[in-house]
Amino acid sequence: MKTENQKAWFFVLPVLILVAFNALIPMMTVVNYSVQETFGDNLFFWEGLTWFENLLRSERFHAALGRQFLFTFLILIIEVPLGIAIAMSMPRKGIWVPFCLVIMALPMLIPWNVVGAMWNIFTLPDIGLMGYFLNHVLGISYDMTQNVFAAWVTIIIMDVWHWTSLVVLLSYAGLVSIPEAYYQAAKIDGASNFAVFRFIQLPKMKNVLTIAILLRFIDSFNIYTEPFVLTGGGPGNSTTLLSIDLVKIALGQFDLGPAAAMSLIYFAITLLVSWLFYTLMTKDDVRS
Amino acid sequence: MAKITLSQLRHSYFDQPRGPEDYALKQIDLDWHDGGAYALLGPSGCGKSTLLNIISGLRTPSEGRILFDDQDVTHLPPDQRNIAQVFQFPVIYDTMSVYDNLAFPLRNRGVPAAQIDKRVHEIAQMLEVEEMLNLRAAGLSPDNKQKISMGRGLVRDDVNVVMFDEPLTVIDPHLKWKLRSKLKELHQRVRATMIYVTHDQTEALTFADQVVVMQDGEIVQIGTPVDLFERPAHTFVGHFIGSPGMNVLPCEVKEGGAFIAGQQVALEGEIVGGKQGQTQIGIRPEYVSLGSDGLPATVKKVADVGRHYVVDAMMGEQKVSAIIKQDVPEPGQAVHLQFKPEQTRLYRDSWLATAAREASAS
Amino acid sequence: MQKRSIVTITYIVFLLLPIYWLVAMSFKPTNEILGGFSLFPQTFTLANYKVIFTDPTWYWGYINSIIYVTLNTLISVAVALPAAYAFSRYRFLGDKQLFFWLLTNRMAPAAVFALPFFQLYSAVGLFDTHLAVALAHTLFNVPLAVWILEGFMGGVPKELDETAYVDGYSFPRFFVTIFVPTIKAGVGVAAFFCFMFSWVELLLGKTLTSVAAKPIAATMTKTASSAGYELGLLAAAGTLTIIPGAIVIYFVRNYIAKGFAMGRV
Repeated sequence: MKTENQKAWFFVLPVLILVAFNALIPMMTVVNYSVQETFGDNLFFWEGLTWFENLLRSERFHAALGRQFLFTFLILIIEVPLGIAIAMSMPRKGIWVPFCLVIMALPMLIPWNVVGAMWNIFTLPDIGLMGYFLNHVLGISYDMTQNVFAAWVTIIIMDVWHWTSLVVLLSYAGLVSIPEAYYQAAKIDGASNFAVFRFIQLPKMKNVLTIAILLRFIDSFNIYTEPFVLTGGGPGNSTTLLSIDLVKIALGQFDLGPAAAMSLIYFAITLLVSWLFYTLMTKDDVRS
Repeated sequence: MAKITLSQLRHSYFDQPRGPEDYALKQIDLDWHDGGAYALLGPSGCGKSTLLNIISGLRTPSEGRILFDDQDVTHLPPDQRNIAQVFQFPVIYDTMSVYDNLAFPLRNRGVPAAQIDKRVHEIAQMLEVEEMLNLRAAGLSPDNKQKISMGRGLVRDDVNVVMFDEPLTVIDPHLKWKLRSKLKELHQRVRATMIYVTHDQTEALTFADQVVVMQDGEIVQIGTPVDLFERPAHTFVGHFIGSPGMNVLPCEVKEGGAFIAGQQVALEGEIVGGKQGQTQIGIRPEYVSLGSDGLPATVKKVADVGRHYVVDAMMGEQKVSAIIKQDVPEPGQAVHLQFKPEQTRLYRDSWLATAAREASAS
Repeated sequence: MQKRSIVTITYIVFLLLPIYWLVAMSFKPTNEILGGFSLFPQTFTLANYKVIFTDPTWYWGYINSIIYVTLNTLISVAVALPAAYAFSRYRFLGDKQLFFWLLTNRMAPAAVFALPFFQLYSAVGLFDTHLAVALAHTLFNVPLAVWILEGFMGGVPKELDETAYVDGYSFPRFFVTIFVPTIKAGVGVAAFFCFMFSWVELLLGKTLTSVAAKPIAATMTKTASSAGYELGLLAAAGTLTIIPGAIVIYFVRNYIAKGFAMGRV
């Protein structure tokens, strides 16, 4: 049991000060900008909720948000099942385990812009390994700077390459924590492989999978650097995701008001979806 | 239900065992009768869980055969052997209800729903878990979880043998007794062969009709609880069973008699077997008494354990324990130890080496 | 068994291919790269690496990155340790709300903070310093470190604390000499994730620096756009950014899977 102790606040104080400095001041700045208009020289005029109204009516915003959701949806339905499948096919013990784990963790430790640059080099139509292979060996016309579909396929594959390992590692950790006796009991009970997966492995992976999906949602919804470096949002605006658009407006055009309003809506959506998802996935636990 | 025969069973966890020390199980030959209650007793690492897993089919032995009713099942997978196993830690399917847990083995075998329903209720009633049938199994207490995993074994009416692998490990002490008597009662009701693996002598002796004592991958004695207590075939059995265990005292053998510190000690019967080997006398503390003559010793410690006293006396460097009811000596007091002749046995190289007395054989 | 391992092997090959291509590219001279496709470097050259190790704008990029990443890891873990202890051992007014609020910061899109951070750190005179980037990254790393450490601390029985007090340890001495060593795996995992985020993040690192503290990642982006297509150089620089990550994973390899799960990251 935890004991009641208000002095514990002193332990939390450094964190509080640091995070408050980093989160509250910028947040207040953003809220402040979102309801004002400026023409430079630090002159601000009250605008009320105009920016929010404009934004919610803007087709550019709808399109970016739509692309963002599509991207997140696609990588989730690919990476989660794929990650589980790979985790299940990995050896449980032996000398290959640390080897697999190290290689799999590697992509996650490469700076995001390097990931983008690496995939750029990899997919160059005539001199990249993948580009050359597709164009000259398989004879499929592939150039992601020209073709929207190719660009989308490339950013999806890049994200699968970059982040599936997160799902693998989490699922794997869930899998190895299942005691051998469960498999033995299932064998004796005559359970099929599917039943073992459905009634033993999946329930035991549920907690880590919740976290994996939550993190994959947050990170893919907030993704910026990799697709920006790889496609620059193109061809056209076809891969301009929400964050890319936001940075364009905020740091490129210095439209502080619209950018701030967009930031707030963006953050609100992230929080809302995360909260909904988390509540949904943990509902069962609360009941029992 | 079936008779179980283990024939020349050996098992090694190495691919190419180089010698006897590489074997987790050394040569096991054993017959288990249909409907019996057996216990496999031994310290951790003696090979009893390996043996259990070989019987259930979770492991294939390196050598030898397993027969269920004279049918060779050595290479059959567990689900085709019609066995049930209860593990050390309760294994239940967390996401299912208690009902679904109990129905699971039957559903996997394609039993009609009506029959499943009838059987599940029967078993639930037997285990006294009827009112929990609709609860999620994950929320149950450990003893109820263990009951459910037992129930999953018993729900099939074609079970040959039910095996228990130290099933009471995670159960609270005051519930252990209750669950153990439930087990005994179940055995009488379903009459299935039951094998109970444990390192706890009380559990083994109270549950089983026949106890198999194992050490280092070998069976050292098979017998009723009384046999094991009265006539241990091996000093290990004497030592492992009983509290405190049997006194094992080095002795000298000459002219057909046994001598400790120059004094002859009367034995239960004639010394049998060869002349070679290290000899020891085994005598249970229950049969050691204090008297005016006998082997001289000095009392070191007296412990009051409730119903009787345990006296530790030193015979030179050798400790001897005695259980007495009255006339308790003081520590430091000089005493004489007397051994009850019909319970005094000679062991050569740890194995029993005296013939049973005619009278005590009855 | 054989059939199953094909999935793992295929995945590992898929992971290694782009990395191989980057490394192979870094050993090719520019005219070979642009001249056509070759699976292995035909003319093996270290020229690209030589540029990086002799040109200060390049190698300072690495030094800058390492400085702020280290700084960030130290700050994050140091402030997170006592906070995680408070969350794992005590109940106090607003503890749950505070914990949740901390975690919401982990969910914030970095893009949202780019502009306000630029203004904030300019205002306090920290713009273009290592400390600015290190502090900015704590917004994401401190909540994470608190979360991970709290998970590990929850696994340490409270009796350890009580025994230490009975033995006459003061709290600071107990915390530093007994408690922290007990959860050193947790500290390692937390430090690993702080390192990981701070090392891979670019948007904030680029926004908060211009010259003096510019991270390697930003140097690369600049080269890519200004000097045309110096692919070999870019590949060499990229290859070098993989090495610190690889070294760090090697050290925590036994804790990765467990850490991911236990730290609930």
